[in-house]
Amino acid sequence: MLDLLGLSPGLFALFVTFGFMVGVFFGFFGMGGSFLVTPALLILGYPAPVAIGSSMAFVFGTAVIATLKHHDAGQVDYRLGALMFVGITLGIELGSRLVFGLEVLGIANVVVGIAYVILLAAIGILFTRSALNQDDDEDDDGDNGDEPDDDVPEIARKIQSYNIPPMMTLADGSTASLWTISGVGGVVGLVSGFLGVGGGFVRMPAIYYVIGTSLAAAVGTSLFGGLMSGAVGAFTYGRSGVIDLGIVTALLLGSALGARIGSGATAYVDEDDVTIYFGIMLLLASLAVGLGEIATWLAMPILDQISFVILIGSSLLVCGMILYHGALAVRRRRGAAPSA
Amino acid sequence: MIGTEPLSGASPSVMALAVIAVVLVEAALLYVGYGFLEAKLGPIVFRRLERI
Repeated sequence: MLDLLGLSPGLFALFVTFGFMVGVFFGFFGMGGSFLVTPALLILGYPAPVAIGSSMAFVFGTAVIATLKHHDAGQVDYRLGALMFVGITLGIELGSRLVFGLEVLGIANVVVGIAYVILLAAIGILFTRSALNQDDDEDDDGDNGDEPDDDVPEIARKIQSYNIPPMMTLADGSTASLWTISGVGGVVGLVSGFLGVGGGFVRMPAIYYVIGTSLAAAVGTSLFGGLMSGAVGAFTYGRSGVIDLGIVTALLLGSALGARIGSGATAYVDEDDVTIYFGIMLLLASLAVGLGEIATWLAMPILDQISFVILIGSSLLVCGMILYHGALAVRRRRGAAPSA
Repeated sequence: MIGTEPLSGASPSVMALAVIAVVLVEAALLYVGYGFLEAKLGPIVFRRLERI
């Protein structure tokens, strides 16, 4: 059976385990899928188009599963997701053309790798700073009676205050300009197609910080966006015949379970408890991809191995923290239930 | 392994759609399968967590 999937037993087990971790991130954060898978496949020696195309197909499958789970909790704004679709599609097409163009020049792996390093580091810093600031805010949280009680960030309120028609009404009753929504979709699609990622690690923060939904809706809608961008990306790369279904199937076996557990954990775990770990993981992933690139330039395979260990280790750490906090929260809630 | 070799004579779009269909079917089967397991094993896991 393993031969049918074209993978050795060790590689198959690695992909299933890795898929599980990625599924937990996907279900919990609404992102975190392919930004780990593509570099891992690149580090394992797969060509960039195969790594990106397979990653896209995997994101599509995992997003289907995670969206179904979040749909049950009413956390998906389908209208917003559909409005972003046009921008995402155009962006992916442009991004994938860039990759194939760079492949012809023989520099696709290097450019994609460098772009990854910069983006992962930037978003990692954003999340880590945000988590640290939240801790400070909680420490100072004395008499803030005038503070609005929904969780839309200040920057999103400011963007929403600019009325550039046509204005669209979101599922939670707030409004956003179609230009903002399309712009976010286009940029996310470009990142998606170029890096071979679902774009969730850009899309979820963009929906939350730029369009201005609640965090729960940003996660659910981001997953729906991942489903669409994954489908378009899989179609685009599938036309070139570079998607390896063996890799996709092995990853999906793990991620389908992980996504269920991650989605379920959102009902129990306070996201603030694990956000800082996620930010640190992104920073470590950035370091890992950077080391991978240096390994290629200097022809030092040992750096590749270190890079892979960092990538897997940081993912394991965050996945473990989500599961640990989830188990603690379940115990606390269930323990408190009888006396409530 | 790529997995679309049986469709090597088909047009690129048909091959791409076949890949998407396969992934969609796999995702649906896994969602239902793990959902069944969750319904069966979920309460047991929760009880275990309470006791730890």
